[in-house]
Amino acid sequence: MRRLSSFFARHPRGRLAALLAAPVGWLVAVYLGSLVLLLLAAFWETEPFTNDVVRDWNLDNFRQILEQDVYRAVALRTIAMAGLVTLADAVLAFPIAYYMARVARPRTREILVVAVLMPLWASYLVKAFAWNAMLGEDGFIGWFLEPFGLGPPGDRVGLWLTFTYFWLPFMILPVYAGLERIPASLLEASGDLGARSLRTFWKVTLPLAFPAVVAGSIFTFSLTLGDFILPTLIAKEQFIGTVIYSDRSANLPVAAAFAMVPIIVMTVYLVVARRLGAFRAL
Amino acid sequence: MSKKKWLGLVVYAVIALFAATSCGGDDESSGTTTGAAASTAIPGLGATLNEIKQKARSEGMVNLVIWAGYADKSWAKTFTQQTGCKVVTKDGASSDDMVDLMGTGAYDGVSASGDATLRLIARGDVAPVNYDLTPNYANVFEGLKNKSYNTVDGVGYGVPHGRGPNLLVFRKDKLPAGTDSWAPVWDGSQAGKLSIYDNPIYIADAAVYLKATKPDLGIENPYALDQEQFDAAVDLLKKQRPQIAKYWDGTTYATQVTTFKSGETTVGTTWPYQTNLMAAEKPPLPVSSLKPKEGTTGWSDTWMIAKNAKHPNCMYLWLDYIISPQANAKVAEYFGEAPSNSKACDVTKDKNHCTTYHATDESWWKDVYYWDTPTADCGDDRGEACKTYEDWKAAWTEIKG
Repeated sequence: MRRLSSFFARHPRGRLAALLAAPVGWLVAVYLGSLVLLLLAAFWETEPFTNDVVRDWNLDNFRQILEQDVYRAVALRTIAMAGLVTLADAVLAFPIAYYMARVARPRTREILVVAVLMPLWASYLVKAFAWNAMLGEDGFIGWFLEPFGLGPPGDRVGLWLTFTYFWLPFMILPVYAGLERIPASLLEASGDLGARSLRTFWKVTLPLAFPAVVAGSIFTFSLTLGDFILPTLIAKEQFIGTVIYSDRSANLPVAAAFAMVPIIVMTVYLVVARRLGAFRAL
Repeated sequence: MSKKKWLGLVVYAVIALFAATSCGGDDESSGTTTGAAASTAIPGLGATLNEIKQKARSEGMVNLVIWAGYADKSWAKTFTQQTGCKVVTKDGASSDDMVDLMGTGAYDGVSASGDATLRLIARGDVAPVNYDLTPNYANVFEGLKNKSYNTVDGVGYGVPHGRGPNLLVFRKDKLPAGTDSWAPVWDGSQAGKLSIYDNPIYIADAAVYLKATKPDLGIENPYALDQEQFDAAVDLLKKQRPQIAKYWDGTTYATQVTTFKSGETTVGTTWPYQTNLMAAEKPPLPVSSLKPKEGTTGWSDTWMIAKNAKHPNCMYLWLDYIISPQANAKVAEYFGEAPSNSKACDVTKDKNHCTTYHATDESWWKDVYYWDTPTADCGDDRGEACKTYEDWKAAWTEIKG
């Protein structure tokens, strides 16, 4: 034991390596390793009868994804959904975060933070089934809209509402943190220079908080892009997640090839987000 | 160490990992044997029934992939009491899902339908059964033994569980009395109200309907479809697609009960299991279910044992237990299917169960097409002209849009 500790005392690099071995090992071997293996399957094919994956290198799966219209339609539908959910969350989250960061007193702020986090304590599936019931034929939302001559929302709107609800806390928290970080002196300076509050908001607060909104959008966008449970429960149209889910057992290589789509989309998204300074706002 | 070196290490680690796992995979596949050469031996399995019973005590559990409802507490508990093996289950969503789950090697056995059994055998995931160790097999209906879906080259894999039809289910208050046809599911009369099974194998249901309504297509076997027949079926399904309110499968079957309750769906395809659940609602749902005049798809299931089962002794005891008259009767009544053990008919709670579910009435099953895996070989003089299951899967993704 003593020898070990004296070894680490003499070798700071060894200390670092021992400390990081477990987390790095986990990340590389278990996380990245399995991901790489899965993606390699995209270049393989299945034996038509047994459904077994055959390690026969080819690009047929990618060809299928590019040539069959349905995959393009599903990808575009999912990206559009992710975009709309992100937009709705940003619009909803900003006033809440603003109130929390700049208006509410410390005590109210604490209560609000807890309130925002509260939905995350409940089980994902419980919330999903609750929304499924609310959006259904004789559900709450249909009942609420009936006096206005509207029926229950269709699949797409229903799914959009549900996603927006699910990921809202992931938008509120970064925006709240971003708004809180803006020094009050900047706002005062803006006022001293003659800007009214609305102008200060447009010219100072919003630009400074924007990276935080982009940071939050990374969560809302990527979570929508990858989810397969809500689309299965609420919509009957296919989304990227549901296609991968059903192809996973039926045709793993095609599922793996299709899984490249969200990876590419997210890579592009992250590069743009980084340009916009979102990583510093996290 | 510099950043570049670290990165290099990471890359090497990933490559090494890949190499290690892919080698392991190769070993596995080269070690598999199929067909008649396969032996019933499983590492750790007792040689006699007594030895198996003893060894099972120390195994203490059995891990099963099942169709929902096949291992309910009401008979699994008795099994645990008798053998000391706890029953752990995982519902399969579809046959594809079950084949996939068995491929993981984590399960001891599976209740496989006819579109999964041969795939499991060909993959080498399951072992033949030594029927000397499953005494209840002797009382299984002869009509279910030595079938193409459970026997290869004279070697039997698994024990027959029972069989049942996929039924037409409809709300009695929304559809005309005397409905006895699949037509409402296909003709648009209940647009927006359909509840449909979500799996490529459902293409066969379209083929069954076309077989009856478009005799020109010459469909004989709904699982052996040539290009023209296949196109017609896919076409029909694409027309049906916008009329569907909800899909269901082996893991989401309970939502079907909910949608029929709320009226969100009024007609569709179902398993007898859900119709039992609907009848058990308070008050019972106003639904009717039947085998339509066009015939239907169905299943004949087989309990199979994994070649590398971790609890082979418990699994053997389960194979024998689940086809024992008492357990077989319970599962048949619970799920709503025809039992496989001829003695089960004497111990069902409902004395008419076997008559109601046509356990011995072979003529009733003539137009029930058991799930089967589509292959290029049509099995008739058309030769290799048929669409493979791979084509079915691709078409299904396209149908769902």
